[in-house]
Amino acid sequence: MHLHPVGRSAVLAEVADAAEALDLATWARSARVAAVEVVPAARTVLFDGVDDPVALAARLRGWRPSGELPAGDRVEVPVVYDGPDLAFVAEAWGTDRDGVVARHAAVEYVAAFCGFAPGFSYLSGLPPELAVPRLESPRARVPAGSVGLAGGWCGVYPTASPGGWRLLGRTDATLWDPERDRPALLPPGTRVVFVPR
Amino acid sequence: MTSLHVLATGPMVTVQDRGRPGLAHLGVPRAGALDAPAAALANRIVGNDPDAAVLEVVLGGLELRAHGGCWVAVTGADRAHASAEWLAAGATLRVPTPSTGVRSYVAVAGGIAVPPVLGSRSTDTLAWVGPPRVQPGAVLPVGDPTGSPRSVDTPRPPRRGPLRVRVGPRADWFDDDALDRLCATPYVVSADSNRIGLRLDGPALPRRRQDELASEGMVLGAVQVPPSGVPIVFLADHPPTGGYPVLAVVEEEDLWQCAQLRPGDEVRFTPARAGSTG
Repeated sequence: MHLHPVGRSAVLAEVADAAEALDLATWARSARVAAVEVVPAARTVLFDGVDDPVALAARLRGWRPSGELPAGDRVEVPVVYDGPDLAFVAEAWGTDRDGVVARHAAVEYVAAFCGFAPGFSYLSGLPPELAVPRLESPRARVPAGSVGLAGGWCGVYPTASPGGWRLLGRTDATLWDPERDRPALLPPGTRVVFVPR
Repeated sequence: MTSLHVLATGPMVTVQDRGRPGLAHLGVPRAGALDAPAAALANRIVGNDPDAAVLEVVLGGLELRAHGGCWVAVTGADRAHASAEWLAAGATLRVPTPSTGVRSYVAVAGGIAVPPVLGSRSTDTLAWVGPPRVQPGAVLPVGDPTGSPRSVDTPRPPRRGPLRVRVGPRADWFDDDALDRLCATPYVVSADSNRIGLRLDGPALPRRRQDELASEGMVLGAVQVPPSGVPIVFLADHPPTGGYPVLAVVEEEDLWQCAQLRPGDEVRFTPARAGSTG
């Protein structure tokens, strides 16, 4: 693990991959490390709002990857597979529409980190050989609830926005509701399964 | 109950408090008043709690009519000093276009009492979490005053200085002298600056590594360098994660200046002294 200073009150911990980042962030929260923000990402965890970065760094150096899968909540997300990029993905995967649905719904994903928009979770777990490129040019508007792929990530748009992910289908699950106790349906660590409708 | 009727707004008026820290891992920007010391001063003058919500007014143009009398204070932009004013029922408060600076803050005794969202009344202009921006015709509820107005207070440093920076997490992605170069030449504030970032024009900072950075968490004040090589300083509504390397981080005490810089203004960076706390 490499630790980078970030100004006066933050530390960026660089780890091997998203799984390790989630592992470190989960450990840090349970160990109640003194940081206002603990932000896992693709290969890093940012600790921000830290009064004593030197002390924090010393604690982080004591962390070892647990090697265990996260034991977060399991959430089932119902999906109607009728997205505009189904044919593209079927071609990329060397299968047909039903093959895409079967492969996509067979994976138990893990919400590795959020970004891009409130409640937008980067879901890991897609086999690397099923990675697909983003659109050459993003769509001006992707409807809320759209389920898509980009690289090896799967994601669901919580709100309507521009976006360049390959869209497989849509869900009526509410991904983001600030009035709810847990505003994000899929916070980091959540295990996610897509159920074809 | 006292309320404020919004008769007119200028380019943009939002409700802001100290923001909603602690939710970056869910993709939620912290938001909060961009000139935090000016907002805090306005609250102190009218006897408010530091967490009370104020109005952040971009380039003036705000007109409010009080429904029920209340103490108000206006700070920020070109006002180094301010005092509490009694706004009688039916009277109108006008915030004129400032001659210098950008953002004015209007505090009212009791605070702007719109419903909080995720523990804060701040509007975040990236993802639009929080109350909607303030529009003409809006009626803003005011809370019950909790303290007494004060006439004397200490303003924040009214004069601008160079933005003090410390090393960022990806300084090694740039040429060895990149931080020196950042501090050696003045930059000019660009017209597309907003609550998300202070965008600059000026000399490009050459990168040593051209590969793509995986998205990572970003801090307030991060000096992010996109492929153009021209830096952007991340302000309160910045995205919680980003994919451009961060060369330096502006000291929090200096960020208020970014709220008051106009397009065309010159801005300089300088290294923060080690161990300095502000």
